[in-house]
Amino acid sequence: MKLLQRLMKDKLAAASLCVVAATLLIGLCAPLIAPHPPNEVNMELRFSGASWGYWLGNDHLGRCILSRLIYGIRPSVLWVLAALGATAIIGAFLGFAAGYFRGKTDAVIMRICDVMLSFPGYVMTLAIVGIMGAGLTNILIAFVMMKWAWFARVFRTAVMQYADADYVKFARVLGIGHIGIMTRHIAPIALPEIAVISSGALGSMILQISGLSFLGLGIQAPHAEWGMMMNEARAVMFTRPELMLAPGLAIIVLVSAVNFLSDGLQKALDPKLMLSEKRAKAGAGVIPPRLSGKEVA
Amino acid sequence: MLKVEGVNKSYRQTDWFRKARNQVLRDIGFEWRQGETLGIIGESGSGKSTLGRLLLGIEEPDSGIITFGGKPISDRSTRRGAISAVFQDYTSSINPFFTVRQAILEPLRLAGTASRPFDIGKLLRQVGLDESYLTRYPHELSGGEAQRVCIARAVSAEPQCILLDEAISSLDGSVQMQVLELLKQLRTSYGMGYIFITHDIQAAAYLCDRVMIICGGEMVELVETEELKHVQSPYAKELLSKVIS
Repeated sequence: MKLLQRLMKDKLAAASLCVVAATLLIGLCAPLIAPHPPNEVNMELRFSGASWGYWLGNDHLGRCILSRLIYGIRPSVLWVLAALGATAIIGAFLGFAAGYFRGKTDAVIMRICDVMLSFPGYVMTLAIVGIMGAGLTNILIAFVMMKWAWFARVFRTAVMQYADADYVKFARVLGIGHIGIMTRHIAPIALPEIAVISSGALGSMILQISGLSFLGLGIQAPHAEWGMMMNEARAVMFTRPELMLAPGLAIIVLVSAVNFLSDGLQKALDPKLMLSEKRAKAGAGVIPPRLSGKEVA
Repeated sequence: MLKVEGVNKSYRQTDWFRKARNQVLRDIGFEWRQGETLGIIGESGSGKSTLGRLLLGIEEPDSGIITFGGKPISDRSTRRGAISAVFQDYTSSINPFFTVRQAILEPLRLAGTASRPFDIGKLLRQVGLDESYLTRYPHELSGGEAQRVCIARAVSAEPQCILLDEAISSLDGSVQMQVLELLKQLRTSYGMGYIFITHDIQAAAYLCDRVMIICGGEMVELVETEELKHVQSPYAKELLSKVIS
């Protein structure tokens, strides 16, 4: 809750959070919110402009663009989020093990990561899609397989710098078990970094999924997806450029919001900003009288 | 009480193809008696901090045994509530997400005595702080204050032995003296012993009953503090002459 309060003080972060939260909510409740079924073809309304019935107009098959945009959130954002979650969990698990236990565990996990990271990401994704066939599920599987190594490596670095800290040493002296130390002393401190890295990755993953769908490798027609909507609008790019505008803007706005949010998170999660209640009330900038006359060491 | 026998420790130089090992400690053996303050003196790189980690059981020696009250120190159950530590770097000694209260209560929670009524205010006053510090976070403390909190935290579960690894070295002169005084005081009121690792002979002489000098990973001398001026080995003599001159 404190985190939310601090996040809210940063206006840009607050606005970004609203955009992201609203997008997720709309995506989840798509059937309730969308004014028309997303795949309903209506040839009389081909390329018609905005109207009261169809706020954003209709596409080349007369389908409601707004409804398709809303349904497109599901593969573009929600499924990407799920894939990101899976990747982050695998990466965090292995990264924590490698960074905390060091030695042989670290060497083995990191060499596997090296192997995974030596493949160029896009090429591997294309190869997996080539073997398993086009489709959103396959792309997401390819993503998880390609990205976990990167996450594991980043998390390992994050954990490593804290695993050596004196308070972790002290906890070990006290006789706290490894799991206890990881959950109480390392995870909460590494979490901000993990959140920032993950939210940063979310933006690029949304773009990549849209990119692959744009190439026709992702979700298959007639299902709506932002990248594919842009691909469909490509044919009429010069005569009706506004068809590209809606999904394009949606992607730009969402990805920017995610990136701003991850910046905001980074600031809000800094423990240096936590003040004991008294001082927080006294307000920043005012030096409490208690400090004056005390030793300064 | 804390018995060290024939301890050797070396680290592998991190190289995949070369198996070079860097011997840090050679055949160390001594005993810390209950209630005494033992100083371990050595220059940088003499292996004293490594010895400290071995004594705390968070690393294991290559050979030799370290026991506390007859049980191996590397067992978590042996350490629990029996031994505690204060480290040099006060900036990273307290979990940045913990308030002073949480930090001090942690050892108690572990020793299983958290339910026992405990006067945390009294403890804080003993180390020269007061209750107003309870809700503060580590970054709101000065170096001296943070180190006092670390001492309070080490003392809270009333262990038999506290290992101080360069605990005063990063504080400035006057605060060093205050902390030394504080340690002396706490010792009389709680009846516990210290293992005081330092490079500062004067501080060690001030606080310790016995002093052990190590050099290059080997134990050079182990004497009563009063006997310090009668040391035999050339290295110890040299070390002392530097301080006296």
